[in-house]
Amino acid sequence: MTLLRITVFSLAIMFAFTIFANILPQVQSDPPQTEEIDESSLDVAGQIAWGRRLFEGQGTCTLCHNNLGRAPDLLELDLAATLPERIADQRYAGAAAGLSGAAAIEIYLRESMIDPSAFVVDGFGKKGTNDTESPMPRVDAAPISLSATETDALIGFLQDLAGFEVTVALPSAADAVESANVEETPSEDVWPLTSAEDIIANLGCAGCHDLFGSGADIGPDLAETVQQMQRHQLRAAIIDPNAEIADGYEADFMPPDYAEQMWASELELVVDYLIALGAGEAVQ
Amino acid sequence: MGGRTFVWVFAQMHLFLAAFVLAVPLFVLIIELLGVLTKDPRYDVMAHEFMKISMAAYSFTALTGGALAIALFLFYPVVMGYLMQVFRGQTLIYAALFVMESLFLYIYYYSWGVLRYGNRKWVHLSIGLVLNAVGLTLMFVANAWATFMMSPSGVDPSTGAVIGTVWEATRNPLWNPLNLHRFLANIAYGGAIVGAYAAYRFLSAKNAAERAHYDWMGYTSNFIAVCGFLPLPFAGYWLMAEIYAYSQQMGITAMGGILAWLFIIQAVLIGTIILAANYYLWCGLGRTRKGATYAPYVKYIAVVIVGGFLVWVTPHTLILTPQEIRLLGGTNHGFLGPLGIMPAKNMAVNLMLVATFLSFQLFNRSSREPTVSWARTGNLLIVALYVVGVLNIVGAGIYGYITPTVYKVGASVPQVATTISIIIFALIIDGFMSRGAKRSKVHWGRMSTRSQYALFVLPIAFTWLMGLMGYIRSSVRTHWHVYTIMKDTSPEAYIPTIGQAGNVITMITLIFMGVIVFVFWLSQMGEIKQAKPGGKISK
Ligand code: HEC
Ligand code: HEC
Repeated sequence: MTLLRITVFSLAIMFAFTIFANILPQVQSDPPQTEEIDESSLDVAGQIAWGRRLFEGQGTCTLCHNNLGRAPDLLELDLAATLPERIADQRYAGAAAGLSGAAAIEIYLRESMIDPSAFVVDGFGKKGTNDTESPMPRVDAAPISLSATETDALIGFLQDLAGFEVTVALPSAADAVESANVEETPSEDVWPLTSAEDIIANLGCAGCHDLFGSGADIGPDLAETVQQMQRHQLRAAIIDPNAEIADGYEADFMPPDYAEQMWASELELVVDYLIALGAGEAVQ
Repeated sequence: MGGRTFVWVFAQMHLFLAAFVLAVPLFVLIIELLGVLTKDPRYDVMAHEFMKISMAAYSFTALTGGALAIALFLFYPVVMGYLMQVFRGQTLIYAALFVMESLFLYIYYYSWGVLRYGNRKWVHLSIGLVLNAVGLTLMFVANAWATFMMSPSGVDPSTGAVIGTVWEATRNPLWNPLNLHRFLANIAYGGAIVGAYAAYRFLSAKNAAERAHYDWMGYTSNFIAVCGFLPLPFAGYWLMAEIYAYSQQMGITAMGGILAWLFIIQAVLIGTIILAANYYLWCGLGRTRKGATYAPYVKYIAVVIVGGFLVWVTPHTLILTPQEIRLLGGTNHGFLGPLGIMPAKNMAVNLMLVATFLSFQLFNRSSREPTVSWARTGNLLIVALYVVGVLNIVGAGIYGYITPTVYKVGASVPQVATTISIIIFALIIDGFMSRGAKRSKVHWGRMSTRSQYALFVLPIAFTWLMGLMGYIRSSVRTHWHVYTIMKDTSPEAYIPTIGQAGNVITMITLIFMGVIVFVFWLSQMGEIKQAKPGGKISK
């Protein structure tokens, strides 16, 4: 009898722990997937979009580069001002020292990723090393293990994010020559647009969403739904629309390839615009 | 059930049993020594009884160890091949140590009666010492393999080629933190399990003498469990700090990424353990006349512990949806800030530990009336110690809350130091005060049935907790067998959800409990003698 009572009691406790573990949010963490990408057909915009995906995905950069203070919040910082400041820093003695412009930024970014301890941002060094050793792992070694072209794509993305010209080569040499031509004769399609209205008009968002008074209702009324969304959720909703489907709508309606069609800076402008829209501060 | 789950179950089973059989001789030796020093024969009887339980479990440890080895070589031949290459001759040393462990264990146990008094007792104690030295070495060697997989050293980082000595691979960055962590946890675990044995025997005791004996044994077991447990959070803190130092990425994966929720369960389990241990101690105050008069104070300790528990398990943020968590580490996020680095929770943990220690001190005091001339001053000193200490812990917690993120972690160091100081100084003052103290009788056996159930909660919560920690220790390697060196490319390279892990852990806990019940039954059966047909019945 005693034994039975003890057994029931013990089982009840174990059961309680099990239930608790099962009512918490359940997430399975899969190994990072290497994206199959046809590198030779990438254009500059595609390369930047790829860089963004690497930054948020396979590169695991956002594990540290976020707003929790573990590392500089690259996505929110004013990179246009910050990066040149780093190069001009008294302590900086890396390969970009004394240089300026987009090329210097490329050197600095590459150095930050391949040899993080070359220059450690104030206050972010490993404990006890007085900012001489960076806690950031080299991106070209395990566990991050990015290839040379992937690293280039990340640099391109960050250069673009900072508003600099993208100076990294495209993945294939042949394409690199072609891109050089492109760079000489920039055309409307290739260079980023600078107004959210233009971008949205260009990409046809108003065809499905009620924007600029289009009255379209294939997609949700963004002025309303956007209010509940944070910046990163908006980015995700636009470049990866099928990851999470808005209530009452179906997947596969919204084009899934906006990442390829937009510059990173364009995406930020659209997100800015949508946030303003949600706050009632933008013309509809 | 895939190969991974198979290995998981056997590894965890082996760990539970090994932790138990390695821990018991550690405190048995101390109790045996106490028996010699105090000349109180009860200690010796109890020490021997503890050993008896652990002996019955020993063969199961070897059995699961063998099964684990087979499963590992069967399902992960490449990984094992690589580890053999890294650790070379050490595998043989391990085997030799295992043989020695068995040898000394049997000699220690079976020579108990022969080497009982005088100089012979010292020979017996020496055998116990060697046994423990061998046992600990055995564990340290096994730990080296586990930590090598988390923070490999002595190999070429880009190719994995073995370039260092076995010692360099052994002395990897996480080896010592894990050694300490497991050492303490084993003691707590061993204490909890023999406590359940005592509680079971107490509940089925036939007479007052038996009840008194098993009550005392239960109290001692709980004491051992709490002794191992109190410093454990600090060892955990060290381990975590070393993980961050080794790889910030691994640290963030553990504390701020998808595994962050796991620490809520950990909080619930540890809270359960602290509550159960304290509840048992409070019930025990009824064993002395003076203890009963402390009842009003227990209320306040209970409030601190329950309050701390609630602070600890309350997530600081809105509940995350799976979608949101999936974005962690994948996207910029703003959810886990206050949860990841938790000054309020640190404060709660430290206060709970202090309260637990206070419960012990109260019981200890309940049977001793200090007679030293400065007794009043001494008491005031102890009270002041607690007050200042608690204020310090709370103050550091608040400071941690209002300072920028980077400094938050720093605030927990003074908190930990304060808790340790309270314990050490209170023990020292109490030690001097109890010199020549008037002892009043402790009525062992005067315990409620309900109090004994607390002693069953402890091993279950501990077992589950150890299972959970095993899950996270393996998970921080993410999709690597040997972190940064050898990838796990199998379909089972994912980190299971916390629910799946919980189900496996419960399954393992169930199997383990089954084994333990069998072990208890075996050791109890050893005492029963069948009546001679037609003869007198004897026990
Ligand atoms: C384990 C955490 C961690 C990960 C993962 C990480 N970083 Fe870093 N990173 C840091 C820290 C900390 C710093 C600041 C110290 C320094 O200057 O090295 C930093 C600095 C940088 C800088 C220089 C920033 C500045 O303000 O000057 C760049 C660029 C950078 N990281 C890019 C990346 C990219 C791209 C990835 C992903 C492939 C990445 N990081 C992954 C921790 C990390
Ligand atoms: C072909 C129709 C279509 C086009 C074009 C389209 N969308 Fe959508 N969009 C949808 C549908 C349908 C949904 C709801 C399903 C979903 O969440 O994916 C949606 C959802 C969204 C959401 C998430 C809203 C929520 O409540 O979760 C955002 C943000 C968004 N779209 C922005 C845009 C932007 C910006 C553009 C232009 C670059 C655009 N959409 C173009 C059909 C479209």
